[in-house]
Amino acid sequence: MSSTTAHSVVEPGRYLRFFAGAVVVVYALVTMIPLVWIFITGFKTPQDSISYPPKVIFEPSLEGYVNLFTTRTRQTPDYMATLPPPETWYDELVRSRQMVIAGPSKFGERFMNSIIIGFGSTFLSVFLGTLAAYAFSRFRIPLADDLLFFILSTRMMPPIAVAIPIFLMYRTVGLSDTHLGMIILYTTVNVSLAVWLLKGFVDEIPREYEEAALIDGYTRFQAFVKVVLPQMATGIAATAIFCLIFAWNEYAFALLLTSGTAQTAPPFIPTIIGEGGLDWPAIGAGVTLFLLPVLVFTILLRKHLLRGITFGAVRK
Amino acid sequence: MANVSLRNIDKSFGETKAVRNVTFEVAKGEFLVLLGPTGAGKTTTLRLVAGLEKPDAGSVLIDGADVTSAAPASRDVAFVFQQYSLYPHLSVYDNLAFPLRSPARRMPEDEIRSRIEAVAGMLRIGGKLQNRSTKLSGGEMQRVAIGRALVRRPAIYLMDEPLSSLDAKLRADLRLELKRIQRDLGATILYVTHDQIEAMTMADRIGILSEGRLVQVGSPREIYADPDNVYVAARLGQPSINVLPLGALPVRSAPRTAYSVGVRTEHLDISRDGGPGANARLDWVEHLGDQNHLHIRLGDHRLTILAQPGTDLSAGEALRIEAANPLFFDEDGRRIR
Repeated sequence: MSSTTAHSVVEPGRYLRFFAGAVVVVYALVTMIPLVWIFITGFKTPQDSISYPPKVIFEPSLEGYVNLFTTRTRQTPDYMATLPPPETWYDELVRSRQMVIAGPSKFGERFMNSIIIGFGSTFLSVFLGTLAAYAFSRFRIPLADDLLFFILSTRMMPPIAVAIPIFLMYRTVGLSDTHLGMIILYTTVNVSLAVWLLKGFVDEIPREYEEAALIDGYTRFQAFVKVVLPQMATGIAATAIFCLIFAWNEYAFALLLTSGTAQTAPPFIPTIIGEGGLDWPAIGAGVTLFLLPVLVFTILLRKHLLRGITFGAVRK
Repeated sequence: MANVSLRNIDKSFGETKAVRNVTFEVAKGEFLVLLGPTGAGKTTTLRLVAGLEKPDAGSVLIDGADVTSAAPASRDVAFVFQQYSLYPHLSVYDNLAFPLRSPARRMPEDEIRSRIEAVAGMLRIGGKLQNRSTKLSGGEMQRVAIGRALVRRPAIYLMDEPLSSLDAKLRADLRLELKRIQRDLGATILYVTHDQIEAMTMADRIGILSEGRLVQVGSPREIYADPDNVYVAARLGQPSINVLPLGALPVRSAPRTAYSVGVRTEHLDISRDGGPGANARLDWVEHLGDQNHLHIRLGDHRLTILAQPGTDLSAGEALRIEAANPLFFDEDGRRIR
């Protein structure tokens, strides 16, 4: 069994390793600090969030989260006095600011839109990408190389360059501001990435596995499901994460094509800024919640990302 | 078990003619080895029988039924690949059960278990059944691969150099084991290799392939002692046969059309001065332990002679050599009998 080592023959020395470690730690801190700051801001009161010098130690508050999920109106003290005592902790919190809760905000709805559109388009991209990648890898397709190039070429132009035509097209066919429209759009952008990434993974799986399954009494589709798909798990997981990250973070099309029912979280979060001054804690809370799904998804798929499922069974 | 016959099979890949007009039959219970160098069309022939390739012309019959355009799944053949043999995502047990669980068979699980246990015992992999297939040694992997063919009890076993990725010792062990199992089961095996020792030791008959053509079919002894042409003569024998132009070596009664003469390394008689034959000089001696190879210079030609290990000849000595069993070939390399 050939177990070639990836690192160089000469092991780096102690000091060099220490230095390399230090660089990594510093880099991690630099990139993590903004995220940590956003996370902390979500738990500050509006006063604490804009105090100078910035407060690192503060009394945590859920005001940001309450403000994120509600709309509130300011009331006179006379009116406030006529109200029955607050029923919940968030009622109490809002009233301490001389306001009452007028209703839920749109954040929950927008967040669900992001989930539906993000995961929907990810699933569709990976599903189509897997089938196409398998076909490109295994079958003799006329002009296969040209088709693959064509698929890749759809990514060469920045998508926003076609925003206006798509906007007009969507308005005409009634896909504007719909979940389906956004899923189709993100799938269109992602599927080329999915095909290319996944084709690389299928190419790596030796054909002998499927041929063995064909001889063992399986049809080609069954061989694909039972033999190829499990070995593609790594590639599918990686591709799904890439697709989700794009669809989840996409801002420009979401801003242009959605306004009401299908609006996703990215164009919604900045609108918090507009409503009654800069509500930093609410923005911090929104951004924190917005980061979670991709983080959770990546952690869930993490074990599939570890390569080495195919490697090791192959003797070269 | 069944017999297989190939009739006038042609197969090309683009411009390359992989198999040209190949016709042969594997009898029920026979171990037939196709021997040839890389690119001779051995694997393609095997894949044609398995149904992984479709012939351009000709037909494949299994037990008399024409299966030329039948799907691989419906042919009841088992295939052992040279490598990539086990499904890496499955345990050894599941690998062995895989063909039995196929929609084509759908065998009940208790029967699958008893079959796997029988085969695992035969191949001495009983203790490894729950292992991941990737955690096995090369020899164990190939045993499991052979086991996956055995559990099916197919009409015919097709094996594509199953031992070639193993080291020499394992190869020798598995060779014997495979032959024993084949005898015990009375299995029909079509086996492909470029290793003449595998061919000589396991085969009931050997088919020699060259550039897509089947050059000669016969028992190992026939192929070795009575080759049809110079190519077949050179395929078998280690070290390989000495082929010299006629006249380089004194031979008795050469046929009129003879162009070259072939002498196996064990068919050259050597004597020190005064003996019959041609004058030659010993270049050097290779000591292999169980035998010696003498490298001899005869005029402009070099020859190899097999000698007993106890030989006291040393490099530089003058010798006389004579051919004992010369094979004559005509200008096109065809044997003259």
